[in-house]
Amino acid sequence: MKRPNRIVTEAQQSFTFSRRSFFLTSAQLAVGGLLAARMGWLSVAQNEKYTLLAEDNRINLTLIPPRRGWVVDRNGKPLALNKTTFRVDIIPDRLADKDRVLDELQSLLALPQEEVDQIKEDLGKAAGFQPVQVADNLDWDRFAAVSIRAQDLPGVAPAQSYARFYPEGAGVAHLLGYVGAASAKQYEESKDTLLITPGFKVGKDGIEKTVDLLVRGEPGAKRTEVSARGKLIRDLATRPDVSGKTIRLTIDANLQAFASRRLGIESGSVTVFDCLTGDILAMTSMPAYDPNSFSDGIGRLEWKMLQQDDYLPLLNKTLQGLYPPGSTLKPMVALALLQNGVEPDEVVYCNGGYTLGNRTFRCLGRHGPMTMRTAIMKSCNTYFYAMGKRIGYDAIAPVAKQLGLGQEFDLPFPSQRYGTVPDSKWKQKKYGKEWSNADTLNATIGQGYMLASPFQLAVMSARIASGKMLMPHIFAGKRKPAPPLPFPPEHLAIVREGMDMVVNAAGTAVGSRLPLEGVKMAGKTGTAQVRRIEGSQRGQSGARKYRDHGLFVCYAPTDNPRYAASVVIDHGLGGARAAAPVAKDILTYLYDPAKAMAALEALEAGWGGNVQQRMAKKQSAWMAANDPRYAAEQAAKAAEAEAANAAGANNSSNGVTNETDTRTAVENAKPRQATPTAASPEPPLPQATPSVEGELP
Amino acid sequence: MTPGIVPPAIANLSWRPILLLLLIGGFGAIVLYSAAGGSMTPWAQSHIIRFGVFLTLALVISRISETFWKDIAFPLYVVVLILLIGVEVVGGISGGSQRWLDLGFIRLQPSELMKLAIILACARFYDLLPAGEIRGWTAIWPPAVAVGFPALLVILQPDLGTALMIVAGGLSVMFLAGLPLRLFIAGVIAIAIISPLSYFFLLHEYQRKRVLIFLDPENDPLGAGYHITQSKIAIGSGGVFGKGFLNGSQSHLEYLPEGHTDFVFATMAEEWGLLGGLVIIFSFIAFIRWAMNVSTNAKSKFGKLTAAGLGMTIFFYFTINLMMVMGLAPVVGIPLPMVSHGGTAMLTVMLCVGIILSIERENRRIGGLRY
Repeated sequence: MKRPNRIVTEAQQSFTFSRRSFFLTSAQLAVGGLLAARMGWLSVAQNEKYTLLAEDNRINLTLIPPRRGWVVDRNGKPLALNKTTFRVDIIPDRLADKDRVLDELQSLLALPQEEVDQIKEDLGKAAGFQPVQVADNLDWDRFAAVSIRAQDLPGVAPAQSYARFYPEGAGVAHLLGYVGAASAKQYEESKDTLLITPGFKVGKDGIEKTVDLLVRGEPGAKRTEVSARGKLIRDLATRPDVSGKTIRLTIDANLQAFASRRLGIESGSVTVFDCLTGDILAMTSMPAYDPNSFSDGIGRLEWKMLQQDDYLPLLNKTLQGLYPPGSTLKPMVALALLQNGVEPDEVVYCNGGYTLGNRTFRCLGRHGPMTMRTAIMKSCNTYFYAMGKRIGYDAIAPVAKQLGLGQEFDLPFPSQRYGTVPDSKWKQKKYGKEWSNADTLNATIGQGYMLASPFQLAVMSARIASGKMLMPHIFAGKRKPAPPLPFPPEHLAIVREGMDMVVNAAGTAVGSRLPLEGVKMAGKTGTAQVRRIEGSQRGQSGARKYRDHGLFVCYAPTDNPRYAASVVIDHGLGGARAAAPVAKDILTYLYDPAKAMAALEALEAGWGGNVQQRMAKKQSAWMAANDPRYAAEQAAKAAEAEAANAAGANNSSNGVTNETDTRTAVENAKPRQATPTAASPEPPLPQATPSVEGELP
Repeated sequence: MTPGIVPPAIANLSWRPILLLLLIGGFGAIVLYSAAGGSMTPWAQSHIIRFGVFLTLALVISRISETFWKDIAFPLYVVVLILLIGVEVVGGISGGSQRWLDLGFIRLQPSELMKLAIILACARFYDLLPAGEIRGWTAIWPPAVAVGFPALLVILQPDLGTALMIVAGGLSVMFLAGLPLRLFIAGVIAIAIISPLSYFFLLHEYQRKRVLIFLDPENDPLGAGYHITQSKIAIGSGGVFGKGFLNGSQSHLEYLPEGHTDFVFATMAEEWGLLGGLVIIFSFIAFIRWAMNVSTNAKSKFGKLTAAGLGMTIFFYFTINLMMVMGLAPVVGIPLPMVSHGGTAMLTVMLCVGIILSIERENRRIGGLRY
C-alpha cells in the first residue's frame, strides 16, 4: 500500500478539518436521535410490557387457598365440607431472629424437635415471601397462645384456614376419596403456585379427585409491596377467594352412613340403586380409612397399619374388588334360557348333582323336580347345569353383558375393574383353548372364569328389577328415561317371581324377609368360592382367607321395584348367612329408618361400638403392638393416671382405655368366629352353596 | 443584560453552555434527591456542592489563556502517565486492582485525567506537526503510542470503559487532524476482525460475561443480566410522562442497582418518563454542539483540535452511558456526567468545559478574524 505522499498545505488541512468536523457533528446528532428513538421504543412501544414487569417486581402475591366446594347428597346434606382450622405459618422475609422465634414457637406449640428441624429445612429452601407452615390443625388454646404473642414474633403469621371435613368419616372414604397436599409432580406439570401454597389441598382419590378442578375455586391473594431485598413496604388490597362449586351427588347420605355401619366388622361392600333413574343411592366399601385423618396427612405407621390389614381398608371393593358372582348369576342365566326357548315349567330332576362325561358336578342338595322358578328359589345347580349345557355359554354371555356384567361404566372414579364375562372366543384368545362343557357348567353358576364387581352385580339386579337398561349415575340431575331391556316382560316376570320366592317362599334367603308391612324384598343369594376345593376341604371352614364369599343381590318392593342393591361380604361363608341380612336391614332402612336403626344399634353393641370407636381402638392397639414409642407413651400415661388415682383423683380413663385396647388387640388377633352376624336369626342353608369339582382332571 | 449594571466579567460569560450545565446538573440533583428516597443526603447535597465547586473551577480555568494549555499539554500528559503507572504499581503491591491514588483530600483517578490529557497532547502534537507531514509515518506513530500505552495500562486495571474512551478521544483528534481516511477505514475493518479475537484472548472473564449478557440480557435475569434488565424495566415502565417525582418503584424499592451512579438515567426516566429523557438528551447534544462550534470558530489548529476532542470526550461519556443503560451497549461502568453521583467524571467534564471556555474566550478576543 505504498504510494507517494501528497503534499498537504495548511489550507488543505483546515479544509479537511472542516469536513471531518462536520461529519462528527452529524454523527453526534444521529446518535442523539438514535438514543431518543431507543428511549421512545422502550417507554412508549414497550411500556405495557415493562410496566407489567415493574409491577411484578414490586408486588408480591401471597395466595389464599380457596374454600373447596362442598359435596352434598341428593337432599343437600353435606358429605364433604370445610371446617375452620387454625394454623401458624412463618413468612421468611419478615423473620428477624430465626432461632429465638423458633424456640418460642416450639415451646408455645409444644412442637417435637423433628418438626422444628423440618421447619428449619423448609425455611432454608423458601422463596422469601412464601409462607412456610409451622403447624396446622391447632386447637384454639395453642393458636390463641401464638396469636397473642404474634406482635413480639416478627415473621410469625397465625392464620385461619379451612380443612376438609367428612362428617361420615370412613363411611364415605371410598366414595369421596380424600384430599391432600399436591405432589411435587403435579406442581412441576402445572407450575401453579397455588399448589404449593400452605394449606391448599387437592383431591387425591374418589370423587374428590375427579371433580377436583370444579370444587377447587379461585384463590384469593394477599398483595404486598416488597423491595428487592424482600423487605415488606406495605400491604395492598387483598383479593378475596372464590369458593369452589358445590357438587350434588345422587347419594343418600343417611343411607350411605347406615350401609357403612351395617357392614359392621366384616370386610364388604354395599351398592344401592334407585331403579327408576339409575341413581346410586349408596356405595360403600368397608372397612375403610378415615378420610379426615388422611386429609391432615397420615402418619407412616397408620399407613402401614392400613396396608397390612387383610380386611383391605385401602381397597374400594365396590368398584375394584372382583368376585366370582356365584349363584347371584342364576336369574340372569334364567333370562338367557327363556330367550333361547327353554320352557319355564320344564322340569329337571335334581338328585344332588349333574354328570358330564365321567365327572360329577355337584349340587348342594337333593332338590328333586325343579322348574325354573323353584331352581332360582332353591339355587339348584343341577337345573342350571343341565339347561346351561343345553343352550351353551355363548348364548348366555350376551345376556350377562346386557345386564351390566363386564361392562365399563362412565363413572367419576379414578379406577374401576370390569371383570370378565367369558365365552368361547374369549377363551380362545386368552388361553388358546376350546371352550368346554365344563367351562359352561362352571360359568353358569358364576364360578370359573366369571368375575364381576359388586357394583356390576347391583347394576344387574337393578336392570332385572326395572326391566330397563339403567345406567348408573352419581351426580344429581335430570335423567332421560332409560330404554327397556331387550327381553319380553313375561320373561322378566318369571325371573322376578323366582327371586321373590328366594326370600318370600321356601328359598335360600327366607331368613331375611323385610320386617315391614306391605313391602317385600326379592333377591338371590350367592356363595363364591375363593379357591378350588381340594380333598375334603370346603370353603366353609379353615383359615379365613380360604373361606367362601357371601353375596346377595336384591330389590324391593317385589310388586313395583324401586330400589335394587348388592351386598358382598368377603369370606362371609355364604350369601344367605352373611350378605342377605345386611341387605334386609338396608332396604328396611329405606322404608322404616327407626326400625332398621334399632336393629343396627343392637348389633353394634355386640361388635364393640360404632365404626369410629372400633377404628380408634384398633389403631391404638396396633400402635401399641408396633410402635415402641407409642407403647411407652401409653405406659407413661397409665402410670400417671395410676399416680393420680393414688392421690385420690377419680380420673383413671387413660389406664382403663389402655386395658381395653389390649383386649381388643387380642380379639383382633384371634381368628373370627364363624357366625359374626349372630344377632340376625338365620337358618343355615348349606344347599345354597355351589360346588365345583369339574376343574380337576 | 444591560451593560453597566452587570459587571463585564459576568456579562462576558458564555451563558449558553453554563445554562445547559446548570440544567443538566440541577436535574441530576433532583433525581439524586429522589433516589435517596426524598432526601438531600447522602447524594443530592454533595452533588450540588461539587457541582458548584467544579463549575467555579471551570470558570476560573476559562480565564487561562490558550497558550498555557499549549505549553502544559505534554508535561501534563507525562505527569498523568506517571500517576497511571503509579496506580498500577501501588495496585500491584497492595495486591488488587486499584484505580485511584489517595491524595488525602481527593481520591484521584489518573485514568480519568488521562481522557483529558490525551486530547491536549494529541492536539498539541498535530499543532506542532507541519501540515506537509500529516500523511507521513511521523504523523501516526507518536500519537498512536501516546494513546495506546495509557489505554493498555487502563485495560490492565481493568477498566475497559475508560480505556475505550481514551482511545476514542485520541482517535477523534487524529481523525480531525487529517490523517489519511484509509487508515480509519482499515482500522474499522481491523476492529471487525480483532474484536472477536480479543473477546476470547484479551477480555477478563467478567468482561466477557458482560458482553454475553449485553447480547442476551434475559438469559440471566437474576444474575449478571440483572442490571440491564432492571434498567430497561425502569425506563420502559416510566412511559411518556413517568411515574412522577418520588414515585419510581424500581429505584425506591432497590430493584434497580446503581440507581444513583451509572444507572441514574434509568432512575430519572422512571419518574420523568420519555420527556425527562429527551430533556437530558437534547441538553447534552446542545452542549456538545456548543463545543463543536467553539472548535469550528477557533483560530489556532490547537484550539480547533482541543475543543473538538474535548467535545467528543463529553459525547462519549454521554453516549456510552445511555447506550449501556438502554441495553444498546454492554455494561462498562461509564457514569453520566453531571447527573450521576460521583466527583471524578464531573471533575473531568468540568475541566473540559473550562478549557473549551478558555478557547472560546480566545476566539472572542481575536474577534471577527476567521482562521
